[in-house]
Amino acid sequence: MQTKRDVTATGESLVDIRDLEVHFELRGGMLKRLLGMDTGTVKAVDGVNISLKRGEVLGLVGESGSGKTTLGRAMLGLARSTKGSITYHERGGEGQTRERVVSQLKGADLRSLRTDLQMVFQDPNAALNPSMTIEAAVGHPLKIHGIAKGEDLRPRVAAALERVGLAPAEQFMSKYPADLSGGQKQRAVIARAIILDPEVLVADEPVSMLDMSVRAKILQLMVDLKKDLGLTYVYITHDLASAKFFCDRIAIMYLGRVVEIGPTEEIFADPKHPYTKALLKAIPEPDPNKMVPRDLPRGEIPDAAKPPLGCSFHPRCPEAVAECGWESRDLRVLLEEHWTRQETTSYEEEQALVGSLDRLDDPQKTVTLGSGADSARVRGLLDRIRQENPSEPLWSGVDEISETGDGVEVRFHQGFDPELRPSGGVEVACVLHPKPVTVEPFRPE
Amino acid sequence: MTELYDAPVAARDDNAPVIDAQDIRIWYGSERGPVKAVDGVSFSLRKGEILGLVGESGCGKSTIGRGLLGLLPPGAEMDGALRFKGEDLLALPKKEMFAKRGAELGMIFQEPLTRLNPLMRISEHFEETLRTHEKSIGKEEIQRRALEVLRLMGIPPTRYRSYPHEFSGGMRQRLMIALALVLRPAFVVADEPTTALDVLVEAQIIRILHSLRSEFETSLLLITHNLGIIAEACDRVAVMYAGEIVEIGDAREVFSDPQHPYTRELLRSTISLSTTGLNFIPGAPPDLVNPPTGCHFHPRCPDAMNICATRHPVQHAMPNGTRVQCWAADLAHGRAPDLTEDDTAPLVREEISVADEA
Amino acid sequence: MLNRLLAPFRNTTGLARWILVTGIVITIAFVVMAVFAPWLAPLDFNQQKVDGVKLPKLAAPSDDYWFGTSDQFYDVFSRVIWGARTALVVVTLSVLFSVLIGVPLGLISGFVGGWTDRMLVFVMDALYAFPTLLLAIVFSFLLRDALGGGVTAAALSLTVIYIPQYFRVVRNTTVSARESTYVEAARAIGAKNSSIMGRYLFGNVIQSVPVIGTLNAADAIGTLAALGFLGFGIQPNEASEWGYDLNRALDDASSGIWWTALFPGLAIVFLITGLTLVGEGLNETVNPSLRKRRIRKVEMPPNEPTTALVEGRTR
Repeated sequence: MQTKRDVTATGESLVDIRDLEVHFELRGGMLKRLLGMDTGTVKAVDGVNISLKRGEVLGLVGESGSGKTTLGRAMLGLARSTKGSITYHERGGEGQTRERVVSQLKGADLRSLRTDLQMVFQDPNAALNPSMTIEAAVGHPLKIHGIAKGEDLRPRVAAALERVGLAPAEQFMSKYPADLSGGQKQRAVIARAIILDPEVLVADEPVSMLDMSVRAKILQLMVDLKKDLGLTYVYITHDLASAKFFCDRIAIMYLGRVVEIGPTEEIFADPKHPYTKALLKAIPEPDPNKMVPRDLPRGEIPDAAKPPLGCSFHPRCPEAVAECGWESRDLRVLLEEHWTRQETTSYEEEQALVGSLDRLDDPQKTVTLGSGADSARVRGLLDRIRQENPSEPLWSGVDEISETGDGVEVRFHQGFDPELRPSGGVEVACVLHPKPVTVEPFRPE
Repeated sequence: MTELYDAPVAARDDNAPVIDAQDIRIWYGSERGPVKAVDGVSFSLRKGEILGLVGESGCGKSTIGRGLLGLLPPGAEMDGALRFKGEDLLALPKKEMFAKRGAELGMIFQEPLTRLNPLMRISEHFEETLRTHEKSIGKEEIQRRALEVLRLMGIPPTRYRSYPHEFSGGMRQRLMIALALVLRPAFVVADEPTTALDVLVEAQIIRILHSLRSEFETSLLLITHNLGIIAEACDRVAVMYAGEIVEIGDAREVFSDPQHPYTRELLRSTISLSTTGLNFIPGAPPDLVNPPTGCHFHPRCPDAMNICATRHPVQHAMPNGTRVQCWAADLAHGRAPDLTEDDTAPLVREEISVADEA
Repeated sequence: MLNRLLAPFRNTTGLARWILVTGIVITIAFVVMAVFAPWLAPLDFNQQKVDGVKLPKLAAPSDDYWFGTSDQFYDVFSRVIWGARTALVVVTLSVLFSVLIGVPLGLISGFVGGWTDRMLVFVMDALYAFPTLLLAIVFSFLLRDALGGGVTAAALSLTVIYIPQYFRVVRNTTVSARESTYVEAARAIGAKNSSIMGRYLFGNVIQSVPVIGTLNAADAIGTLAALGFLGFGIQPNEASEWGYDLNRALDDASSGIWWTALFPGLAIVFLITGLTLVGEGLNETVNPSLRKRRIRKVEMPPNEPTTALVEGRTR
């Protein structure tokens, strides 16, 4: 059985993604659209810089809503970029390369790009046309691009099917997708993707819908294909375990941004971003000695139409500090969490004291809670909550709590949105990295 | 009938099984003949225990979960003995089974959104659930009990009057768990409760399920295809293959020293952080209309012997306390003294095609 | 391939299958009448004389004239048989035309979306909102000058009524199918829009067309008869038409002459019933949400507890 294949990455850039943004206009309710009101944008991909090297396997890892699939689709021009560029360095004759800006291609030019960049989809049950035979489906790319037709088609389809393990091919050619098992369908999808002999294969969670015992087989197939066909992979996944095995380089994505990127070994040996650490800790491992982790990030990935201020991860981050961008919505979460620990009577009392939490829903750096008359009691409540758990990261981001005539004013520390910066062997977007020189004594490398 | 489990002996004896299934069979009708989705499965769960049921899709694990709660589709036949606190559930009339479901037997499904009514507030969901089983319950009592269970699930009381669509995926699954637990059932089936969720949220839900025993003393049957979840959340594990439990025992023992070749190969084929090479089980799970003769796993088993193809193995207790249904394990532990040399010779088989898979 | 087509039929439960079979039997009876009209009908549809002798006027049903004769010296039985041919030809043509126009329009509208879609939906909704009979009358008026009062004109005026139905169904299925992964996959392999529509969407969005076609055919029989009844349909010298005959029979009915109205009336009722049953039956078999799979009874052999299988049991 195959162990980790030898890395054949050449260091030469194949696809360059620069400051890429893919924003979707949100379609609000009927009334809002009629009135022409601004309904907001979802920043699916929000400023991503990556270069894909020839021959490498690049992993895009993140939860759903992290923008990893949109990024993959944008690389093929299936999602339109709203800003930035994607440049594909097409291999021409005699070692020459031709630059093609995917994000600007249209029509026939864009379609012709598909002979070089191909995609494998997550759900094999949905990726094949239910009313097309396997032979027609796998052969269609050749027909579309005028590479083969009529008599020539069949042997080439058969070869592609056998290449992906659907052998003997005759047994599968006349079948419909419904007659195949999940793993076989995924093989057919891969056959359709490689029949054009592409350079880059974007694989969007190619094994996550499959059974455990089939996942390894499909992954093995992808390893073999890479070796035999000299493919470059973009492997999109939420599963760090398969990424660790399969990828040369990993980009961890969160809410449309890359928060950590680097060689697989570095990322796993010394994860730097708190999000990466959390993902690693959360993987359920079939190891009887590993228990359910205790210190997991709370909550879920936020709404990309209303991302948190500062670092997007700060509301869930167990290591967050004052500069992370604390704001009003974090206070709401804190109060709500506090109330899940209270008896109903004291909850109702405190809730009445604080008043409606809806005023915390718009991101603000200064908020007022309660009313003027109760300001002392509101302040008391906040102090009590603070005493319950003084290590709660939010408090580090509170500059001042003061009683005003209208209630209690909470002022948050000015935060900033960290950029991707080199730290150790990787690049991280976190205020804690690279470690400030002033905090740690200087150590020569 | 109710006196039966209110009897002091049953109530005080913590070691008496909450649910005891013996030789359960669930068959479906099909054009080609009966589909033996579950074929002779036995297990029991004690109070507060979590039993993980693991297997590939189509092995019958979800069918068992539904069968235990009487939620089988029309056309399915079920027999065997299924005792809940000593009472035979299969003998109960439909109406009494309906009353038990929810109140004493709960279910948590995979897709929470499809199980919540989008036009009903969370409070109304709780009112409906509680009123179905306790007709005279007052509004304040409903709120008190609902908020209490929501709190344990980490859902703030401020959200009590929200609609399902105002919650995120993980919150909805917590809601489903809260709804299943508000009646404090003694036994809950959770069918792939985290499959639709992201890793971090999945870990949160597992932690909640894990805490059920201390908060509610609920016995839980956790059905999943993810071995990692079983290892982290379960006390015991049952491995299913082709409608049968092939290995059942303490989760620690099963994972550290699997006795059945299927369990071992399944563990080896799982991709984890420590994976350095890919392993897989050749072939595909069998057709449940005509399962292979002898041991159902023999066509894919690396350890198959001649006997495996002809005689069905019997479940035996192994020295480490697990129960295993495998000739090779029997042989290794002296549980099969009457096997001849021909019986134990390696089985000669046809090559399995690469693409013959699930 | 045949197996795939027949699979839903074999999976239907009793009632749906019974409906389908009854509908097919009735419809086939009319198709036989239409195809073999020259041999089945003793006289031509506009024949008033046999061997130069005029037929009796308004003769009651007898051995010579099974369904009697009409006030225009026609043999009612022959008129009913020939009427089946007219009805089926008109309806087949109109369904064919409306499918040929409605389906591609729906596909394009749903796939292209945007402005094109909005315009087409507006036009189709406007057509759909019209009372069908009124629309048919207007179009038969308009077409009469160009095409005369024959079968083609009648078929075309019916076509207009039914286009919106195919359009709507195909457009709506296309809008949802457009977002599916296999369409995205088709884009990813570089397929042109025309090829995506033709090879990926078409086969998947026309599945409910046969059902609508049959139900529309039933409806069209009624509309055709209504047109004829009102005098806007096929002219009597062009073909035999049940609606026209009913109109002529109106006066007879008040004077106790029942046969001129009863037989064409029954023919209309039976054919509409037959086609409706086929449509409903197809709907239940093709539409997965309505389809109830046939439940097959399971016979379990007596349970052998695993303990009985314990070692020592001979092979």
